[in-house]
Amino acid sequence: MIRYILKRCGQAIITIIAVSIIVFIILHLLPGGLVRAQLGQKASPVQVHALEVQEGLLRPLPVQYLTWAWNALRGNFGYSYKLSENVSTLLAEYVPRTFFLVAISLLFAVAIAIPMGLWQGYRRNRADDHALSGTMLIMYSMPTFLLGVVLIVVLNIWLPVFPSTASNFGGSLTIDATDLALPIITLCLANVSYFSRYMRSAVIDNMLEDYVRTAKSKGARNRTILLRHVLRNSLNSTLTLLGLSLPYTVSGSLIVEALFNYPGAGLLFWNSAQTRDFPVLLGIVLVIAVMTVLGNLIVDILYGVVDPRVRVQ
Amino acid sequence: MTAIKVAPSSAEALEEDRRVSALRVALRTFVANKLAVASLVILVLIVLFCFVGPFVYHTNQVSASLLLENQPPSSAHILGTSPAGRDELGRLMLGGQSTIELGLAVGLLASAFGLIWGTISGFIGGLVDSVMMRIVDALLSIPFLFFVILLASIVRPTLWLIILVISGVSWLSTARLVRGETLTLKTRDYVVAAAGFGTPRWRLIARHIMPNVLGVLVVNGTLKVADAILTFAALGYLGLSIPPPATNWGEILAGGVNNIFDGYWWQLWPAAILIVLTVLAINVLGDALRDVVESRLAQH
Repeated sequence: MIRYILKRCGQAIITIIAVSIIVFIILHLLPGGLVRAQLGQKASPVQVHALEVQEGLLRPLPVQYLTWAWNALRGNFGYSYKLSENVSTLLAEYVPRTFFLVAISLLFAVAIAIPMGLWQGYRRNRADDHALSGTMLIMYSMPTFLLGVVLIVVLNIWLPVFPSTASNFGGSLTIDATDLALPIITLCLANVSYFSRYMRSAVIDNMLEDYVRTAKSKGARNRTILLRHVLRNSLNSTLTLLGLSLPYTVSGSLIVEALFNYPGAGLLFWNSAQTRDFPVLLGIVLVIAVMTVLGNLIVDILYGVVDPRVRVQ
Repeated sequence: MTAIKVAPSSAEALEEDRRVSALRVALRTFVANKLAVASLVILVLIVLFCFVGPFVYHTNQVSASLLLENQPPSSAHILGTSPAGRDELGRLMLGGQSTIELGLAVGLLASAFGLIWGTISGFIGGLVDSVMMRIVDALLSIPFLFFVILLASIVRPTLWLIILVISGVSWLSTARLVRGETLTLKTRDYVVAAAGFGTPRWRLIARHIMPNVLGVLVVNGTLKVADAILTFAALGYLGLSIPPPATNWGEILAGGVNNIFDGYWWQLWPAAILIVLTVLAINVLGDALRDVVESRLAQH
């Protein structure tokens, strides 16, 4: 088990280094370079040269990469001239809100999708399964923002239950739940449609396995088979999916934040893209990618704990 | 000179027969799925609507008109007008063209590149495989919309650039899938035997691995088309698409969303229905194709 964990950690570290190299390359592919992106096209050659010296852009690339990576490692992601703020200060303010949104909606999504998928797999091809599967497939085929728009129309315009923006929740994590309801429900439903589809087919596959037949022939009751054996085995594979879906969910949170004006990393990212504030964009990409790798790592380790067969591979 | 017809050897004829019957079984499995056939019909209708529609229903999609903005449906404008005063029905057709073109192009590009990357990585193995797969892992761990927006804000978007950007994210999971298939195919007897005869590596990959990955690849490619259309819609909604008068369904929807509290339903629901219907039909089609591929594999 310890060897398995160490191996997974090693892979995660290599992946993070690879991500940082990719981000660094993008940084140097910017048209006119990072300096032009910060100072604008009208900057004089003297200004440009001064900033190039200040940022150390005249040194060899590997040296630049190591300096940049060392700074990033200590939480220094550069300075946003557009927002007159250290990128790390901005990250510390906005990223936790996205983390919160993603974590809560994933939690709800799992809590809904697992029992639902189990039920659908058990009632395979009956009317209720068809109805649920159809609904899930339609939701799965909707752009996330459209899902949010439908919720706004139903739960804000037709039935004024929830507010349509999440911008007035202050900025701390002490929250008025109704403000956050629509963003959370949107992101949660997007994931429910994804997880339950998978859970359903995992349950169906498992029901055909020999161990279910053995349990049946031993006279175990349906409920015992379903909850004791099938659920456990289907959960394992759904857990991996949870890890793989992290980037997808974080992308969804960007859309949700833009739609509901929720001040998280996604909204900051979108605004920065429009002003071409590259230090902020790259800082967010790096931090979110690292968080995703770590999230996957945790899921992988949990998976190894639950299912010993995984460790051997 | 007269061409000499060579009768096919019996082995070739047998092989031919086998292929035809496999195709027939596949076709039968597909036609039996009524939902899939309905999806195919819907997709054909949508393509006709977008590409043939403009010849029947003429609209001015070039100039914007403040006098005509946000008009409700009337005899002059069957589905009303957009926030910039363009005919909405004509706009849906034009937006559908770019959306469909992008979906197909991304599906093809991502599949082709994923196929090449995945087979090479899986077949060669060792250090090459590790390096190639870590690159895929790293790119996969950057949430795709962040990546796409980053690239889209660096370059000025044209349809082709957006196709390249979305493909640049889309091939990753295909490569992973193909690699997995390659790893199992590599150990099959006929591949090992062919390698034993001294067949060169590139020939093994081209003759034995790639054709056998094709089934899974087609299913995956179909679903990629659906994903690409959703991503394109998201970009259009975020205002990161091709500037007007060019359009796509996401951009049209964005107009409808901005006017959502004014009750301009004609700007929202027609585009919404078209997107969902298209993506839904492609997803159903992909699922049906998967059944076909699996029934083929089960026969072996």
